[in-house]
Amino acid sequence: MNYNWNWGIFFQTSPDGVHTYLETLLLGTGWTLATALAAWCLALTFGSLVGVARTTPYPWLARFGQAYVELFRNIPLLVQMFLWYFVLPEVLPVHVGDWLKQLPDASFYTAVVALGFYTSARVAEQVRAGILSLARGQQMAALALGLTQPQSYLYVLLPMAYRIILPPLTSEFLNCIKNSSVALTIGLMELTARARAMQEMSFQVFEAFTAATVIYIVINIAVTYGMRWIERYAAVPGLLGAPPPVATH
Amino acid sequence: MITLSHVSKWYQTFQVLKDCSTEIAKGEVVVVCGPSGSGKSTLIKCVNGLEPFQQGTITVAETSVGDRRTNLPKLRARIGMVFQHFELFPHLSVMRNLVLAQIKVLGRSNEESEQRGMRLLNRVGLREHASKFPGQLSGGQQQRVAIARALAMDPIAMLFDEPTSALDPEMINEVLDVMVALAKDGMTMMVVTHEMGFARKVAHRVVFMDEGRIIEDAPTADFFDKPRSDRAQTFLSKILQH
Amino acid sequence: MFSNFDFDVIIRSLPYLFYDGMTFTLTLTALATIGGIIFGTLLALMRLSGLAPLSLPAAGYVNLMRSVPLVLMIFWFYFLVPFIGQWITGASRPIQVGAFMSSLVTFTLFEAAYFSEIMRAGIQSVARGQVGAAQALGMTYVQTMSYIVLPQAFRNMMPVLLTQTIILFQDTSLVYVLSITDFLGAASKIAQRDGRLVEMYLFAAVVYFIISFAASLLVRRLQSRIAIIR
Repeated sequence: MNYNWNWGIFFQTSPDGVHTYLETLLLGTGWTLATALAAWCLALTFGSLVGVARTTPYPWLARFGQAYVELFRNIPLLVQMFLWYFVLPEVLPVHVGDWLKQLPDASFYTAVVALGFYTSARVAEQVRAGILSLARGQQMAALALGLTQPQSYLYVLLPMAYRIILPPLTSEFLNCIKNSSVALTIGLMELTARARAMQEMSFQVFEAFTAATVIYIVINIAVTYGMRWIERYAAVPGLLGAPPPVATH
Repeated sequence: MITLSHVSKWYQTFQVLKDCSTEIAKGEVVVVCGPSGSGKSTLIKCVNGLEPFQQGTITVAETSVGDRRTNLPKLRARIGMVFQHFELFPHLSVMRNLVLAQIKVLGRSNEESEQRGMRLLNRVGLREHASKFPGQLSGGQQQRVAIARALAMDPIAMLFDEPTSALDPEMINEVLDVMVALAKDGMTMMVVTHEMGFARKVAHRVVFMDEGRIIEDAPTADFFDKPRSDRAQTFLSKILQH
Repeated sequence: MFSNFDFDVIIRSLPYLFYDGMTFTLTLTALATIGGIIFGTLLALMRLSGLAPLSLPAAGYVNLMRSVPLVLMIFWFYFLVPFIGQWITGASRPIQVGAFMSSLVTFTLFEAAYFSEIMRAGIQSVARGQVGAAQALGMTYVQTMSYIVLPQAFRNMMPVLLTQTIILFQDTSLVYVLSITDFLGAASKIAQRDGRLVEMYLFAAVVYFIISFAASLLVRRLQSRIAIIR
């Protein structure tokens, strides 16, 4: 095999003259996490609204929710990013479009928005499934007490629905982190982009990509453990797991 | 207090309630019984507007339930409902279950709500379980909490939708005892149930439904001793076997 | 805003877009799906075998592929496949592999991890009694799997497998990072050559949407048919 291994490459200075290769990778990781977290906040907000909308008895609201989900699910994420990055500035009024094109960190904001809406459609499906899995009786009981529809969602349905969908929601968050890599196509220097840059500059292909792989795996493990802790913190006593203790009078 | 007048309801093309009319006066206890699918659960859910109906009128304390202008949440706050599957809110403790609607719907203070909650828990015999969660209680205990939760709103009438049908036999009595005490205290009650012993003990009237129609509507004694319709007779003979 | 929308550029590019671009996309999707399901089923069987030397590497592989972005994997295999080819064939230098071959290997191996999870659920969804009955008749493991378990597993998971194929179809757009000419790559090349980004990218989005949406409707129809048969 005529490949020259050089694991010391990480401590050499990269062509930007300031950081070592290792530091550039860590900078990229920072952008990956920032993009993913910002997009996730957007996704949770809009996804919850749309997921709830799809479970309401108002047909126009439910149909809007369905259209929203179908739109963002049937177009590849990369194409959606291109639409936000290349097409949006062109179809807006000229001065707004120009301002967008000259925005510093434009690729970051575009990536957050594109990834946020893409993920929100998937979150919406989870929220909808979680609400529907609760027996209809729960909402009836809330309404029978005189709570309004919005109150029944806020105090009864959503608290339980979110607990139920915590595992698939964790998967979705991990997907969000991985999908941030797609933004390298619009110039975001996140982790994968940095690894690619390192490969192009130093020719140490496998060292660069191994490092990136290891970092993604570490992030994965950290998030999984974090979510398990959240699951335990939010668990409702007596609901899942051990059967209720014998009643004492 | 509660008046149903020529109420009919369709699910798509299937008619599930056919021209139902009856009245429940203040302080009366009326039992609604009948075979499965007779529409009794649907009927009782129409009374507090949980199920819509297409024809007829339902009035509760002079408020029309079907009227578009009626503030349904406000009306429902005055009527208590107890469900077959208890429907306690599993993510809230027993006490939180009792105070949630008091605070959010009636605007009571935290202290007042908890005081009332404790009084009612005492009344149903579950004072020590205030900080437990529904998942830690037995079925009978959950249903008693559900009754307390409904009573916490100080309702003018109580609706019961098969309150003991989902309970193991040994827990049915603890719930029925609470309901009997409630009836003796003068609460207006509409109870969908198969428990004929309960009916005989405290019901003033029995309404018998079959296939969406009210077939019989008679004082308790008359219903049991001299049922007029064949369907009621058959039903009684089957259900009173055990 | 759409005053000078140039439909012409779309119409003129249709042959290139579809004959060059879409055929690449569809061929890659079809072959990667088949390869992915085969390899995925193998992985699932390894994981369910109960033998550590088989189940641990399989689990490790699946977890690795699922922890890492597809974009990174595309880069990995782009550089790795020539070296693997050299190692397999014993050549003196890394083998030159075409864009299609590299993509095919990448997508097959990557999506196999996802297909394996689906097949694992599918195999477990076949009642234990079925295996018992097959064994009582004297069937070997291979026979039980081939004639009894896998056919049922496939039928049970068909809608999920098809949905994953639709996801694969959309994922192929990522070959863009290697400047490969799939459907999106073709649209992009025209967009940059003619300066018509809005038209080409909107058109690409519409085409992807129509194909994915129509496919998902078919899957839903299939799902309701299966539900009725049960």
